[in-house]
Amino acid sequence: MTKNVTIGVVQYGAGNQASVINAMESIGMKCVSVNIPSDLALVDKLIIPGVGHAGDAMIRLQSTGLDEAIKQTKLPLLGICLGMQLLGVRSDEGNTNCLSICNFETVRFNILLKVPQMGWNKVKMNNNPLFSGLNKDDWFYFVHSYYVPHVKYSIAQCNYGVEFAAAIQYQNFWGVQFHPEKSGVNGLKLLKNFVELCY
Amino acid sequence: MLAKRIIPCLDIKNGRTVKGLNFNNLTDAGDPVKLAAKYYADGADELVLLDISATLEDRETFIDVVRNVAKTIFIPFTVGGGVKSVEQAEKLLKTGADKISINTAAIQNPQLIRQLSEKFGSQCVVVAIDAKATQDGWEVLSHAGTMTTGISVITWAKKCELLGAGEILLTSYTSDGTKSGFATDLTLRVSQTLNIPVIASGGAGIPQHFADIFTKGNADAALAAGIFHFENYTITAVKNFLLEQGINVRN
Repeated sequence: MTKNVTIGVVQYGAGNQASVINAMESIGMKCVSVNIPSDLALVDKLIIPGVGHAGDAMIRLQSTGLDEAIKQTKLPLLGICLGMQLLGVRSDEGNTNCLSICNFETVRFNILLKVPQMGWNKVKMNNNPLFSGLNKDDWFYFVHSYYVPHVKYSIAQCNYGVEFAAAIQYQNFWGVQFHPEKSGVNGLKLLKNFVELCY
Repeated sequence: MLAKRIIPCLDIKNGRTVKGLNFNNLTDAGDPVKLAAKYYADGADELVLLDISATLEDRETFIDVVRNVAKTIFIPFTVGGGVKSVEQAEKLLKTGADKISINTAAIQNPQLIRQLSEKFGSQCVVVAIDAKATQDGWEVLSHAGTMTTGISVITWAKKCELLGAGEILLTSYTSDGTKSGFATDLTLRVSQTLNIPVIASGGAGIPQHFADIFTKGNADAALAAGIFHFENYTITAVKNFLLEQGINVRN
C-alpha cells in the first residue's frame, strides 16, 4: 500500500526541502510540495522539514493559512528539527508563538558545551512504530541551538549538557529533533517507518 | 555524548577528485560521486567537497557533482571553493549542499559571513581558515594558500564567530599533505578560544594523528583526504582505533 502513498513536504522558505525529498525518493517514496491549505487534499502524509528560524517559519505559515490547516489535519505528520519545535506553544527563538498542537515550549541551550549541538549523538528510543527495527540506542545527526525539554510527549531522549526530547508523538503528530534525512541508514529506516507504520 | 566526527574531503577539478601536496602536485583520485558513496558506506560522519576548478565551465560540472552526491549520500555535506556571494551559496544549498564553506571571500569581505548566516542560519556557514606557522605565530593565508594576509589566526577565528560562522575549518598549510600529524597546538588554541565547533585539517597520516587531534587538540571533527583516497586506512579502521583509545565516535 505504501507504493501509492504521496508525501507532502510543507514549504515555508526553509533551506533543506531538497534533502528531505532526496532521502524520501531514495526509499521509493513520492513527494510533492505543500504550499497552500488546499494542497493537503492531494497528499497522504505530511513532513515539515526543518532548517530556519522559528519566527520566519510561523510568519510564512500564517501568510498562506497553512498554520490553521496543519493544526486541524488528521494526516500523519512528521516535523523535523524546527518542524518539531513548531508543534509546541512557544519558542525562545525570536520569542515566537508556535502552532500550539502540543503543550511544550522550545528553549535555548544554556550549557557549557558548544552551541549549536552539531553532529552525531546517541538517542534512546521508546517503543514506537517510528523506531521499528532500529536499535533502542543509536546514532542520529543533530544541528540545533534550541531544544524541547523532556516532556510527556517524548518518545526518545538525548543528552547534550541537558536531557532533552529527541522525538515526540501526540496523536497523529510526530516530531524528531535530529535530521533523519542526514542520519544515514538509521534515518532512512525511520522515514520508511513513518510512511509505512505511523497512522 | 556528541561524537567526534571524521570528515573525508574531496578536492574536485573538472568533475574528478584530485589530491595534492601542500595544495600542489595534483594526482587523480577518482570519480567524486563514487568516492562519496564509498565513504558514506564506510562510516564517514560528513563530507566536504571543494571546487578547485579554474573556469566557469568547470563550475557547472561541479554543480552536477553536488546534485548527484546529494542523491547518493544521506549524511551532511559541505561545499566550498570560490564561493563569493549569497547568490552562489543559495544555488549550492538548493542543489543539495547542507553547508557552505568560504575562505578568501570572507577575508576580503567579512560581512559575507554575516549575510550568509542571517539568510541561511549560522549552521550553514563554515569559514575555512588556512594557517601557516611563522616566527610570530600562526598567520592566515588566502587564495588557496598562495598569499599571506598578516592576520593572526586567533584574531580572525574570533571575528568569524562574532560575524555568525557556525563552524571553523582550520587547515594547517604547514602540515597539509605531509602525513606527519595535525597541528594540535594551533587547533587547541582556536578550539579553546571559540564556542563553535572546530574541524581540524591537514596532516593526517595514521590513526594516532586522529586520536591526538581529538585528545590534545580538542578538535570537534577531523578532516582528511589522502589517507582515505589512497586507501592507506579506511574510515572504519580509523574509528575502530579511536574507539580502542576510548574516544567517542559513531560506529
